[in-house]
Amino acid sequence: MREKNKRHVTLLILALTILGLFLANRFLDPYKVRVINLSGIYVTLGLSMNLINGMTGMFSLGHAGFMAVGAYTVGILTMPITMKEMNFFMQPIVPFLANVEWGFLPALIAAGLISALLGVLIGAPVLRLTDDYLAIATLGFAEIIRVVFTNTQSLTNGALGLKGIPNYTNTWWSWGVALVTIWFISYLMRGTYGKAFLAVREDEVAARAMGINLFKHKVMSFAFGCFFAGVAGGLMAGLLGTIDPNMFRITLTFNILLIVVLGGLGKIGGTIIAAVIVTAGMETLRFLDESMDLGFVQIKGIPGMRMVVFSIILIVAVILREKGLLRRPKGREFTYVKN
Amino acid sequence: MLQVIDLHVNYGGITALRGINLTIEENQIVTLIGANGAGKSSTLRAIMGLVPKASGKVLYKDEDFTNVPTKDIVASGIAMVPEGRRVFADLTVEENLVLGAYTRTDQKAIAKDIKSVYETFPRLKERSWQKAGTLSGGEQQMLAVGRALMVNPKILMMDEPSLGLAPLLVKDIFEIIDLLRERGNTILLVEQNARKALEIADYAYVLETGQLVLEGPGKTLLEDQRVQEAYLGVAR
Repeated sequence: MREKNKRHVTLLILALTILGLFLANRFLDPYKVRVINLSGIYVTLGLSMNLINGMTGMFSLGHAGFMAVGAYTVGILTMPITMKEMNFFMQPIVPFLANVEWGFLPALIAAGLISALLGVLIGAPVLRLTDDYLAIATLGFAEIIRVVFTNTQSLTNGALGLKGIPNYTNTWWSWGVALVTIWFISYLMRGTYGKAFLAVREDEVAARAMGINLFKHKVMSFAFGCFFAGVAGGLMAGLLGTIDPNMFRITLTFNILLIVVLGGLGKIGGTIIAAVIVTAGMETLRFLDESMDLGFVQIKGIPGMRMVVFSIILIVAVILREKGLLRRPKGREFTYVKN
Repeated sequence: MLQVIDLHVNYGGITALRGINLTIEENQIVTLIGANGAGKSSTLRAIMGLVPKASGKVLYKDEDFTNVPTKDIVASGIAMVPEGRRVFADLTVEENLVLGAYTRTDQKAIAKDIKSVYETFPRLKERSWQKAGTLSGGEQQMLAVGRALMVNPKILMMDEPSLGLAPLLVKDIFEIIDLLRERGNTILLVEQNARKALEIADYAYVLETGQLVLEGPGKTLLEDQRVQEAYLGVAR
């Protein structure tokens, strides 16, 4: 009975999401639609990072790097051939990519797969590290990607970046991918692998004593996380139309980490809500950057003010709700064993 | 059933075990006693493959288990209750038990075994939806034992199950160990509480700085003057 009810609720939420997206596309101005798009992408990003950091307990800070890989994959694969010639005027693009023009879906999948493959290659040696060491190693890796992309002129167009990437990303893509991610991660966590991830997070020694292969599960979780980070990076490329290596700095990773911490480590529902709040919050606070007329005084606009205010809100939120926005309702939200 | 032959273990440059020989017969309680740092836990960890063996052999049912990976050791029926309980604190009691059965795939039998763990430990059933971290020390130890039982083990290795528990709970734990033996389990028990361990054990080994110094039936060692002086606090 309970299971059946749950399914109805899921279907209802799904229907409401679709209806909401439909109405948003119909009645909202492009700016608001863009914020909705960004929210969807950040849901995917938050969940993929939560899988690695929250659910498997690996402190990885390499997300921006994997996003960059995904974004460039989509950018290069979907860009029209004539556009490529215009973009790569300093040095022509490598021949095997010059005449490629893929659809969005195959390009997104390729973005995910290449990210995941890179995740496995990086993860295999690096995931033997723990905690701070892992954080430093992954952080370094993300920086390496950025520097490499700045210097591979004939592959990524270097510091000039890519312009004129077709704007395939719309609300259906961004939220479609978000829903797939939500479904996949919930499904994963309900199964044997998910439980093993949690065990690895909780206590590595005990997990090994239960017969769990630590290394295999760490690499697997990392690869899944990187896959979705790559796909989200691809969506970002399709949304912005322009990418360059400097977009994928460490601050991007921290934005996602913020969503994960605010949503609660290891929590799916909280991450979704936090992703939407953080993305929308950053935008709605934009008025703080502009000059304000309070009637009796005129305040000059201070660029960056919204970040100050936003950071304060975050600090307060984290102090008040250190375990994430959503408390576990009667101990059930994060339990995956059927009664 | 389980045989350990001339086992050596080194940690970096430090020698933890220098030539341990153990024999564990089916349906026995065998105990390892000794002071801190004597190598009791290292012995268990080496058998489980959690620490590398420098040399020596482990035979299980006459098969060579020396270089078998941990997950296969668990799958073939050797379970361990790690020292300090090490329950998965942020997961519920039930999830902990399910994780104990990680190497098994027979869902029906797993469900049955969860039921039987609950019958053995009614307290765990009352708290099945509680996070393991919120249980008391004794309850956590019960959960650690229950989780190991979910492996459906032939041999259960327990590392200091009475550590940090109130005397009354210590009594409970030893009653549980006795009960498990009656049910046909074979138990390798590592204990600091030498008196309790020797009282219950069929056979016992005394470890000192990585070597076996004494062995014999539990009751015999209980009478042994050297054991009495060193581990039971009996004045000469």
